[in-house]
Amino acid sequence: MQITIASGKGGTGKTIIATSIFLSHDNAQLLDADVDEPNCFLFLDFDYKEVGKAQVLVPEIDNTKCTHCGICSDNCEYNSLINLPGQVVVFEKICHGCGLCSFLCPENAITEKPRTLGKIFFGKKKELTFHYGELIVGEELSTPVIMKLKEYVQQEKELVIIDSPPGSACPMVEAVIDSDFVIVVAEPTPFGLSDMQIVVETLRRLKKKFGVIINKDGIGNDELENYCKEEGIHVLMKIPFDMKIAQNYSVGKTLLQASSNWKSQFRELIDKIRGVVYNE
Amino acid sequence: MNKKEKISQVTVISGKGGTGKSTIIASIAYQLKDTSILADADVDAPDLYLIFEPKETEKFIYSGLKLAEINKKLCTECGICREKCRFDAIEEDYTVNEFKCEGCSFCFHACPEKAIEMVERESGIFMSSDTRIGKMIHARLNPGEESSGLLVAEVRELARKEAEKEKMKLILIDGSPGIGCPVISSLVGSDLAIVVAEPTLSGFHDLKRVLVLLKYFNMDGYVIINRFDINEKISQEIEEFCAKEFPVIEKIPFNRIFTESMIQKKTVLEMHSEDASVIDIQNKLRNISNSITSHDKIL
Repeated sequence: MQITIASGKGGTGKTIIATSIFLSHDNAQLLDADVDEPNCFLFLDFDYKEVGKAQVLVPEIDNTKCTHCGICSDNCEYNSLINLPGQVVVFEKICHGCGLCSFLCPENAITEKPRTLGKIFFGKKKELTFHYGELIVGEELSTPVIMKLKEYVQQEKELVIIDSPPGSACPMVEAVIDSDFVIVVAEPTPFGLSDMQIVVETLRRLKKKFGVIINKDGIGNDELENYCKEEGIHVLMKIPFDMKIAQNYSVGKTLLQASSNWKSQFRELIDKIRGVVYNE
Repeated sequence: MNKKEKISQVTVISGKGGTGKSTIIASIAYQLKDTSILADADVDAPDLYLIFEPKETEKFIYSGLKLAEINKKLCTECGICREKCRFDAIEEDYTVNEFKCEGCSFCFHACPEKAIEMVERESGIFMSSDTRIGKMIHARLNPGEESSGLLVAEVRELARKEAEKEKMKLILIDGSPGIGCPVISSLVGSDLAIVVAEPTLSGFHDLKRVLVLLKYFNMDGYVIINRFDINEKISQEIEEFCAKEFPVIEKIPFNRIFTESMIQKKTVLEMHSEDASVIDIQNKLRNISNSITSHDKIL
């Protein structure tokens, strides 16, 4: 079973919940897909090594063959090519690597070269495996790094957990699109509710099964829980707001290090989700 | 353009989400309401509308990237489009997965039957609105859409137009978390970045990446440590790390007033309280506004 931990708003507790669920199991894989700001590794004392690179193929123009016909720049949907007198300039950072320009070039003047946007790292302990992607600072496209990271999904694991980036745009969709279930971590504040509603809308459009964990319960008001009730959204768990948890979090401790009860609670949660995914 | 006409731009970012960017910028915008325009560039999770209850005066449709559409009557299922598409956007039944299609139009050009059309899609909206603190620019990306950076660019440009019209000298932009395309887009044209950090291992790690980004763009930045008392040791480490290059201009303690004000749809500066700890926070927020307006690059 593959699940994704998502949230609209940042800082609701996705990462601590993803790592806590991961460490509650014996045979599981965790993938940190928040490639802009990957944090899961801070909560795990694994050793890491680089195992892959996320690359896109960007055009390289052979100026000896280029006749400046302008076909490539006219047809690029991302405006990544500009046909200037004397040379065609390539803006590699905004190139999505679709390959259209080299396909269209009548002079065969365009070849493609790989450009690295991010790196994939790996660590393990017994049967717990962990991969994370990291976008190179200054690069713009997070989604190709997440796509690359997902190539490392180990289907044979009993449980695969993906920690999604915040928001509801393309990187988040990439992190949830082929998961069996999505856990939405929300905090009960007006901002938390508004951002969660956008995520709910996104997940409904994607036809995903999902439930909500209310984190930092007690910090705000009841509107988020009322909204879940009205919308028939399953509240899977509530985690109280607790300064001790916040302090533990600050030094990279998961919930399991705060209390041993969490381990059984997260295992029960996953069993419950398994029921929802397979027995309907 | 002479100096008098120049409009300054300040973007608030954080790297890590949930550090308190929006609540802090709301107070700054309130304090500077007579001279600034507020723009919410966190387009896939906008929140400032909850505080300022904007009344829309102008609305624009944002069309991002196009979407491929296959005409089933012409399609012979030859498979060329599926083979050429690098985003796996064409399903086995020759329908286009709108969440995967990046609008590159390769399939459109490659299809021998001319069965594919590229159609406009409405990817979001952006608006200019009236609020109790003056004009506010905000947007909403449709769920799951691509290219939020382009919508952020629209928000920035509209904010600039409104600032010119309203004769405001400062644009305040609330950025999104992360370091990728929407964040980079929100920094374009800015004179100063305000980075809201939190004293946790995650917060520190994410802050370091954001500061590398600022260096990359050769941009000045001020750092604010929010909820500094959650871990004073890490707060101190952050201060030492930021040192002179990106000075920590304020440290704000944890306080429930932030959530309380949000629930009341107010900025923290609008909360009336006799509580010394709240008054202290309000003073700190005013100090931040003063630090911004007295920065060398802000006119």
